[in-house]
Amino acid sequence: MRNTIQQLLNGVFIGSIYALFGLGYTLVFGLLDVLNLAHSEVFMLGAVVTYSLVALHSVPFWAAVPLGIGAGALLGLVIEFVALRPLRRRGAPPITALISTIGVALVLVALIEQSKAGGALAWLWRDGANDVQFPPGKVPGRIFHLAGLTLPATKVAILVITVLLMLGLGFVMTRTGWGRAVRAVAENPRAARLLGINVDRVITATLVVSSALAALSGILFGLALNDISPYIGRDQVELRGLAVIVLGGMGSIPGTFIGGFVLGLLESITILTLGTDVRAVGFIALFVMLVLRPQGLLGQRERFAERV
Amino acid sequence: MGFLTQLFLHPLAWYHAHQLLAGQLGVDGLLGLSIWLTLYSGQLTLANAGFMAIGAYASVILTGGTTSTGPALAGVHLPLPVATAAGMALAGLVALVIGLPVLRLRGVFLAIATIGFGEALRFGVILNLGITGKGQGLNNPHATLTSGITPIWLSLLVLAYLGWRLTGTKTGYAWAAIREDPLVAATEGIPVARYKMLAFVLGAMVAAYAGALGAHLSFLIDNNDYSFTTAINVLVWAVVGGIAFVIGPIVGAILLTILPEVLRFTQNYREVVNGLILIAIVVFRPDGLITRYRGRRRRWLGRLVRRRSAAPPGTAPVAAPP
Repeated sequence: MRNTIQQLLNGVFIGSIYALFGLGYTLVFGLLDVLNLAHSEVFMLGAVVTYSLVALHSVPFWAAVPLGIGAGALLGLVIEFVALRPLRRRGAPPITALISTIGVALVLVALIEQSKAGGALAWLWRDGANDVQFPPGKVPGRIFHLAGLTLPATKVAILVITVLLMLGLGFVMTRTGWGRAVRAVAENPRAARLLGINVDRVITATLVVSSALAALSGILFGLALNDISPYIGRDQVELRGLAVIVLGGMGSIPGTFIGGFVLGLLESITILTLGTDVRAVGFIALFVMLVLRPQGLLGQRERFAERV
Repeated sequence: MGFLTQLFLHPLAWYHAHQLLAGQLGVDGLLGLSIWLTLYSGQLTLANAGFMAIGAYASVILTGGTTSTGPALAGVHLPLPVATAAGMALAGLVALVIGLPVLRLRGVFLAIATIGFGEALRFGVILNLGITGKGQGLNNPHATLTSGITPIWLSLLVLAYLGWRLTGTKTGYAWAAIREDPLVAATEGIPVARYKMLAFVLGAMVAAYAGALGAHLSFLIDNNDYSFTTAINVLVWAVVGGIAFVIGPIVGAILLTILPEVLRFTQNYREVVNGLILIAIVVFRPDGLITRYRGRRRRWLGRLVRRRSAAPPGTAPVAAPP
């Protein structure tokens, strides 16, 4: 019983990372109808930058986290200016933006995995394709025990951060002028432009926020699972993020939140009942959801019908 | 001697030095052709890697492949063509079954659903069945290696010709109409669902064919060869090559498979350069390398005008395929 509860709890913790990652994914998709496949590599780079600051440059953890998030935000700018904006200018089909973000992702992974001690990027990464961990003692690592359950402080913090960010972002999107501008552009870019909204600025800002969220979720992932490598984005969250936003309903913020937890819990339950490989679960859930209810748990049918 | 110099000056020597690559190029060309069938009819499906796996595993199992514990299917030793046909039939059948619910989706949703199918097949079925060797892969003692290359290229040529001819038939026009606007196509009396399914099943069978022939180039087949990465690669080839003609995805596949070899001189930063080139191609030729000729003058003018008043995001792409 206790083991069951612990597993479900782990599912909630890991689910909140999925949700946080999916949040940025869904923001960009909701706005541009473009799947930003470089998102998972921003996730990876957020973790890598923070790791290198803490482990290689002895920056205090609390200073390294904002810098890691800042690096992610900067990458958001790079993605916008290199991979997205030139294609919008040319009126290219949306599928091409998918390909150009894949190009960015390839470059980012290759830069990190080829970086070894003595190389040009040794200040950032020295371990090539290997896995590393945050040096113990330099990062917060308290573990609470409650009624026989293990509650690492980092994992509890992740849950709290995700809930707060979700509420904050929901507030911004529904109650502020900026949120209205984003929704207007998502609805109809041309009309938004006629109404005096600077469409390019809205898109750039959304890319920056989305990438900052990806970097933050990468840092939390590296902290909670103690595993950082050039491949954590590609192998751990890229496809799970897709499952999360499909489960929740593409473009829906509360939906993504629920989708993250649903996926985390589904994986835990699979471990508990079958005790095997959990990777298939997300894909089966995703497939079934798209077939039975393609607008997702919280997606709206009318808007979906327009888009599909 | 440089890779390209040798390819052009001493093609025979090049061929003997890079036989496996030559086979791989043909298989990738076939995969490009398989995704072209669905893209040409306006459907963004990414199940090709999954169907490729079906063809590969079925053909290896039926020709007497072995798992780490013994023969996968004791006593079965079919000749390769029969096993390949069986793999293609199985892939076509699976495509028919999953196509019924999935082909109602469009755009990115269809892409994600088909990715879900491919990965669920890999993680849920291939990694769990004894007959597919679970995670260990299958040994393929009957690999044909060099003698497999000629059939691969021959069938690529034949299928490319058939694909080209297909665009001028009733089916080809129906696909193009559905790609441009399914609603209009339906009001014209075109059975949209049926033609979509036809493209999907044909694409699946070509992918399975490529999988079967590709699997017999190697002594070991592994589920990682049929992953999400492969599915995305096939799409990249098609988009880079352009989908206006069947030759586009084939050229894209061959160019992008050869590119890493050509870039060997960049050593450690090969993948970086590879990614940068990919971005550059897509940004500068968003419709792909091989497109319809629209006349030089008009294009230049169009480009100048468009630079002045950039199309607002999300509006212009609507008209463009897929």
